[in-house]
Amino acid sequence: MLQTPMADHAAPAVALAVRDLAVQFRSEQGVVRALDGVSFDLHAGRTLGIVGESGCGKSVTARSILRLIDHPGIITGGRMVLDPSTPREIDLASLDPESRQMREVRGGRIGLIFQEPMTALSVHYTVGNQLIEAVRQHHSVSVAEARNRATELLRDVGIPRPETRIDAYPFELSGGLRQRVGIAMALAGDPDIVIADEPTTALDVTTQAQILSLLRGLQEAKNISLMLITHDMGVIAEMADEVTVMYLGRVVEVAPVRQLFAAPRHPYTRALLRAVPSILARPRQRLSTIGGAVPHPGSRPFGCSFHPRCAERVGAVCMERIPDPVPPGQAGASCFRTEVPA
Amino acid sequence: MNLLEVQDLQKHYPIHAGLLRREVGRVRAVDGVSFQIARGETLALVGESGCGKTTVSRCILRALTPTSGAIRFTPENGRAVDLATLPKRQMRPLRRHIQMIFQDPYASLNPRMMVGDIITEPLKVNGVPAAERRERLMELLELVQMPPGSRTRFPHAFSGGQRQRIGIARALALHPQLIVADEPVSALDVSVQAQIINLLLDLQDRLGLSMLFVAHDLSVVRHVSDRVAVMYVGRIVEVAPTDALYRAPRHPYTEALLAAVPAPDPNRQHRRRVAQGEVADPARPPPGCAFHPRCPYTVDRCRTERPELAATESGGWVSCHRARELELAGVR
Amino acid sequence: MSVTVANDPPVTAPEVRFAQATQLQLTWWRFRRHKLALASLVLVVLFYLVAIFADFLAANDPHATDARRSFIPPQGIHLFDEGGFNPHVYGLKGVRDMRTFKLSYTPDASRKLPVRLFVRGYDYDLLGFIPTSIHLFGIDDAGPGEGVFLFGTDQLGRDLYSRMMVATRVSLSIGLAGVTLSLFLGVLLGGISGLYGGWVDTLIQRLIELLRSVPTIPLWMGLAAALPNTWSVTQVYFAITLIISLIGWTDLARVVRGRFLALREEDFVIAAELAGASQGRIIFRHMLPSFASHVIAATTLALPAMIISETSLSFLGLGLRPPAVSWGILLQDAQNIQVLSGAPWLLLAAVPVTVVILAFNFLGDGLRDAADPYG
Repeated sequence: MLQTPMADHAAPAVALAVRDLAVQFRSEQGVVRALDGVSFDLHAGRTLGIVGESGCGKSVTARSILRLIDHPGIITGGRMVLDPSTPREIDLASLDPESRQMREVRGGRIGLIFQEPMTALSVHYTVGNQLIEAVRQHHSVSVAEARNRATELLRDVGIPRPETRIDAYPFELSGGLRQRVGIAMALAGDPDIVIADEPTTALDVTTQAQILSLLRGLQEAKNISLMLITHDMGVIAEMADEVTVMYLGRVVEVAPVRQLFAAPRHPYTRALLRAVPSILARPRQRLSTIGGAVPHPGSRPFGCSFHPRCAERVGAVCMERIPDPVPPGQAGASCFRTEVPA
Repeated sequence: MNLLEVQDLQKHYPIHAGLLRREVGRVRAVDGVSFQIARGETLALVGESGCGKTTVSRCILRALTPTSGAIRFTPENGRAVDLATLPKRQMRPLRRHIQMIFQDPYASLNPRMMVGDIITEPLKVNGVPAAERRERLMELLELVQMPPGSRTRFPHAFSGGQRQRIGIARALALHPQLIVADEPVSALDVSVQAQIINLLLDLQDRLGLSMLFVAHDLSVVRHVSDRVAVMYVGRIVEVAPTDALYRAPRHPYTEALLAAVPAPDPNRQHRRRVAQGEVADPARPPPGCAFHPRCPYTVDRCRTERPELAATESGGWVSCHRARELELAGVR
Repeated sequence: MSVTVANDPPVTAPEVRFAQATQLQLTWWRFRRHKLALASLVLVVLFYLVAIFADFLAANDPHATDARRSFIPPQGIHLFDEGGFNPHVYGLKGVRDMRTFKLSYTPDASRKLPVRLFVRGYDYDLLGFIPTSIHLFGIDDAGPGEGVFLFGTDQLGRDLYSRMMVATRVSLSIGLAGVTLSLFLGVLLGGISGLYGGWVDTLIQRLIELLRSVPTIPLWMGLAAALPNTWSVTQVYFAITLIISLIGWTDLARVVRGRFLALREEDFVIAAELAGASQGRIIFRHMLPSFASHVIAATTLALPAMIISETSLSFLGLGLRPPAVSWGILLQDAQNIQVLSGAPWLLLAAVPVTVVILAFNFLGDGLRDAADPYG
């Protein structure tokens, strides 16, 4: 396998190491392997972009890390180690989702930003009530202190006049402000890691730009490790330091962002990048396409999952064997084409 | 004669309040929009949510009745008609000329009808005999690159992209002169989006389609449209040929929109200006130029006086007091 | 230019079956996975079979009274006799307790009454038009006071089992008739309301609210009290149907109106309109089929309410009146505490009510889920 070291300079510590994560959804119609051996590293203070189309498992990954997988989904294997090789090391896969430890991780050590901020907010309470509660969940402070902290959080996320907005109900806010509140909620427990699941997909383009620049600013100011899940290659190019490309529940390529865009290694990444409409296009410029559609994760093709749509198949091997996964901590592609002949 | 000429189109929604349901205000969803579409041309209508682009398209299709204004439609070998004032009854024979491609490929096909029946329904209700319908169905399936066997299947057997092809075939069935495409690719996966964009480009070439392409994604728009009209809070702020608009925008809002689009190129980042603030509420638009609270180039005049659309030297139209003096950044 | 078709994997037979399945088939496939609903469907069908063949299943004349056999407790059928299969019941000897004047029965093992299949009994019309006297089982040439009383008898010596068979017919059919009437009114008024909107809609909605705001029991009492005493059983039957569907239609009308409003905004309906389809075609080809399954589910869920309504009305003595037999009337017999302590088996009449109501609810839930997996 063609590999290069992940970072160009001394690699920062790993904040979260996911290894061979496997998640299944079991129903009467059969077993859907939503994740099938997913591994990646999230480095401290960096942004890891996870990109893929529908059914690739990017959201399931986020929910698995926070142990928020609902019935009938179950984690069937793998480890998710927070702060590996430090005294704070903890394997999230081994915890009971309802345990106190896991609840401390959720919102405490790891914050979550949703696509639709109303998922995280209740319509019955003011923004302040919910923020204060979130702050007090993770810090033993008085209500007055928590309120100050909440106002500060609102100011941090760029909400104008936080002293008055703190008493607003979520439905009184615009979509952009609501997502800012969603970010404030994710930051309430002072997390080291923030997982953002399609945080701008529901927003307009100018609002998206504001939220992305806010996220970048907060990351730098608070030295947060950001895991950004998106389907938008533009957002990846703008935000990510490293990128994990997923397809049908597997990681197909891992690379630093510039390398990924300059020299994609996996045929899927290559095809995907060529298929993205560009704001720099010539008039009436055609796109190169990937044939077919993403199969349902329940009917994953044999061998390399991408082979039926792949324009660069090597031969029968693509249909018979699953290519080796990208070794953790390294850049590379899970593809027979890039494997060095023995 | 242009195929479609929209003149000063308005669609207002009254706001009622109180026990007596008195009208206390109006949401000016569309507030004086004018544009033309020539035969064979694709005009994109872009803007953020709430800008009124969808309302404009629904008025043209007469799914909504405009408050005022004119929508002059001139079918080939036909007389011009004003769709805005036409009674619904007289609208029916004209429907065949204007068809629509929907955003959601799952909601736009009746799950209880076979694909063949879905595609030929417009033919059937317009009295095309069965034999001719079958023939046309085969043509259409070939045109949108669907296997002939699809006709006896139900929509649930198809992926989003394939369903969108079926929707496109239905829209083309009657040889319409104008297609209104409402965000036709925004619900699709990237890899499938590209297929549909190419298909639309193909159809434009092969059939000389005229299209009103309503979208929020400026990247997609750059691929498919000949001209672009940018809307903000119910009004058009700029119209220009696609390339000119992207390379050298004349309205600060266009500049802000273009700057906001994340480009799929890590080397082009971090040097853009982000527009501040939020899209104005069409129920309470700011006085003067609606964009002035967010515009980095605002002067006093912008706060009081509403700019009108004026022709530019590059063949476009822009409504900005400072259009002549500003040097705005585009993308290239 | 890519050609999607070429890249598609070959389709397999089950995929074709899926691809060509109508919505009805898909609904059925989804419904089949609901084991509880499926079992309920079987139960409901069985109940309606009982309703249709009530007289055939009855062992004794449900209306025949006989003072000599009042309050006979449920009897078991003995299956074997003298080493062979010979189902029979023992004859009963009634002994009157001279202090309480109560009859108590002791089985008389010397008198074996053979139970036979397809015996002749009282006359009735099978399916309402075939005169016959064949019953599923019973005792040949039963003498006075003799018979097989599976669930015992009531005060007047009427066979409870046979009465329950006949009551099933009345109670289930009155529910069905009520729901049919409700459905008709609901679809008509709900459809008008949803389709035309405006003041017609407002008028119908206010009417629904008005009807629903009246407490049901007093309303029924008032209406039932207004029924003339001279009316025949059949007349009362239809009057009661009318009364219970008076409230029932409002729910269905709301369902129908809601679906119409939702469907009017549906893209595929707009597409049909843009294609130039007529109003009639849009309604009958696109809208009605889309919510037929919802209406069926709502109807199934409305049925138990109808049955309960009839039962409670009759129980209160406001609904059907003897000699009509319905579940409510049977339960009416079990009203007083004395009867209950002496003849608790009369409460058996509550069992079919409970079972059928539960079955209808499970069935309705299953249908609703199958019809609208996302709703």
